[in-house]
Amino acid sequence: MTHPRNPGMPLTTDWFDRVQINRPAAQRRAATLTTRRSVKKEHQAAWLVKAITCTDLTTLAGDDTDYRVQRLCAKARRPLADHIVTGLGLPDMPTTGAVCVYPTMVGHAKRALSNSGIPVASVATGFPAGLMPLDMRLAEIRYAVDQGADEIDIVITREHVFKANWTALYDEIAAMREASGEAHMKAILATGELDTLSNVYAASMVAMQAGSDFIKTSTGKEPVNATLPVSLTMVRALRDYGERTGMKIGFKPAGGIKTAKDAIAWQILMKEELGRDWLEPDLFRFGASSMLGDIERQLEHYVTGRYAASYRHALA
Amino acid sequence: MPTVTEALTLMDYGPAPESTTIALDWLKGRSFGHFINGKFTTPDETFATNSPASGAELAQVAQGSDKDVDAAVKAAHKAAPAWAKLTGNQRARHLYALARLMQKRERLFAVLETLDNGKPIRESRDIDVPLAVRHFYHHAGWAELLADEYPDHRPLGVCGQIIPWNFPLLMLSWKIAPALAAGNTVVLKPAEQTPLTALLFAELCIEAGLPKGVVNIVTGDGRTGAALVASDVDKIAFTGSTDIGRAIRQATAGTTKALTLELGGKSPFIVFAEADLDAAVEGVVDAIWFNQGEVCCAGSRILVQESIAEIFTNRLKNRMKTLRVGDPLDKSTGHWRGCR
Repeated sequence: MTHPRNPGMPLTTDWFDRVQINRPAAQRRAATLTTRRSVKKEHQAAWLVKAITCTDLTTLAGDDTDYRVQRLCAKARRPLADHIVTGLGLPDMPTTGAVCVYPTMVGHAKRALSNSGIPVASVATGFPAGLMPLDMRLAEIRYAVDQGADEIDIVITREHVFKANWTALYDEIAAMREASGEAHMKAILATGELDTLSNVYAASMVAMQAGSDFIKTSTGKEPVNATLPVSLTMVRALRDYGERTGMKIGFKPAGGIKTAKDAIAWQILMKEELGRDWLEPDLFRFGASSMLGDIERQLEHYVTGRYAASYRHALA
Repeated sequence: MPTVTEALTLMDYGPAPESTTIALDWLKGRSFGHFINGKFTTPDETFATNSPASGAELAQVAQGSDKDVDAAVKAAHKAAPAWAKLTGNQRARHLYALARLMQKRERLFAVLETLDNGKPIRESRDIDVPLAVRHFYHHAGWAELLADEYPDHRPLGVCGQIIPWNFPLLMLSWKIAPALAAGNTVVLKPAEQTPLTALLFAELCIEAGLPKGVVNIVTGDGRTGAALVASDVDKIAFTGSTDIGRAIRQATAGTTKALTLELGGKSPFIVFAEADLDAAVEGVVDAIWFNQGEVCCAGSRILVQESIAEIFTNRLKNRMKTLRVGDPLDKSTGHWRGCR
């Protein structure tokens, strides 16, 4: 990360407790953002390559195995077929932003990614519900860091948000940040369960005040995962935090982002609301798995003028 | 074009031009007469309509004379009794036919509108044209319901309609669709700067089999408009500047002509401290920069509660940095760099 890490700050509730988010307005802005901008040809190909470099290629399933993680890591190292890279005229094979796995898979991922420079992200803290006792959640973070995780994706206790118990939420996240140590910490807000956008804004602000390096929408396991209106609310919160503290906080939408078109929609959102810096992997990540396959398909179409059948692409 | 590698560093939107072929093919070598009594006249005196963005001449259109206006009003009067006598359902079928044909030509309408008016293709494509189509569908529904909902209402007769250049096709729809639904016939004068989509609409009237004389379109400048105001119409509907509106009011005073005027405004935009300020900023953007600010009810004054004046102003200034000014035919353009 080229930007200094967010050291956090004392809990300051008046940065958010009177902020109201107008949901219809957020939905309207989100709906028209992608119709107001268009990215074509070389630029579209470039944006999709950039999206690959911002992808936390993820597997978080009960049937994950060492071999599945190895296969995923191989894909992270070589997300595109050679002829696509050549056709695009890229000097090197791009790599994904990270690989994201459960703590027990971190060791497999580290070995599979050795010498690649690709970081390993681990979910932790009783993912996805986050309802384990706090000491166990902190121990899980330490375990994942000990296994070599470079980034830790924690989940917050939703109850603290519903009860507006900001002190409890702040203390919990600050403790997790401390347990993460050198590993960068992404705070998952599980926005699909927070009900109101005002809650999303408040939770985002608390997470940043407690020292999160990234704020992330969802675990991918909630009934509703990343949406553009929620993302708009979160990026505005991180813009506001940045204006007050000078810190650049990252954003990670996750869950339900499946297509190349989705990727560009989020990139337009980042560029319009935050600017060019937030198109780079140090400040922007997608939590996604199947999206990469569609991006590869679209890029192959750009290079060859034809769509390949899905079975011609390597499994991710 | 940059290479993909260069574009990766830039990460800008790059050009995304809408093709003009469809519209230029339609325009090729055309010189337009008026649309009177179901057919185009042979143009006598003509003037050029230009693309304001490129300055290029798009076509020659006819300058409507007193004689032309008279012929159009006569045709409309002749068609009026039979049109008024149709059942609501029969008139609805005509309006549905027009709506469907417009929908089939949405792309052509949008490109033509952007060429002729200079508004961004995103707006003509996503707003003007779809809304215009919906107005015809909507008023087709009203034609069906009219006898039940307004049993005592009777058609006025011939409506003379004069529209401005800021929403050429949409204004046409606002004027023509309800008038036809209610059993009136019309003579419409589009703005001299933007007559082309009205002329395309006239072609669709032929294609839709609309009875002759129900819709008449006479092109020309203010002289043509004045002739229409002075003519033997039963109503004048005008959208445009306050000054011309006053002149029309004076010209129709003491006559039996019904009158609708939709004139300029200076609408306030009020922001309270407890508002979602980002939502309010987007509201301002839509209120004052939609259609390049050329909207009669554009929010051209902002009243902000003092306690948030500074932060609101800063946010609005920052938002203004992301407005994109450029070629109106580019899909990422929010504003064309000029103004009509």
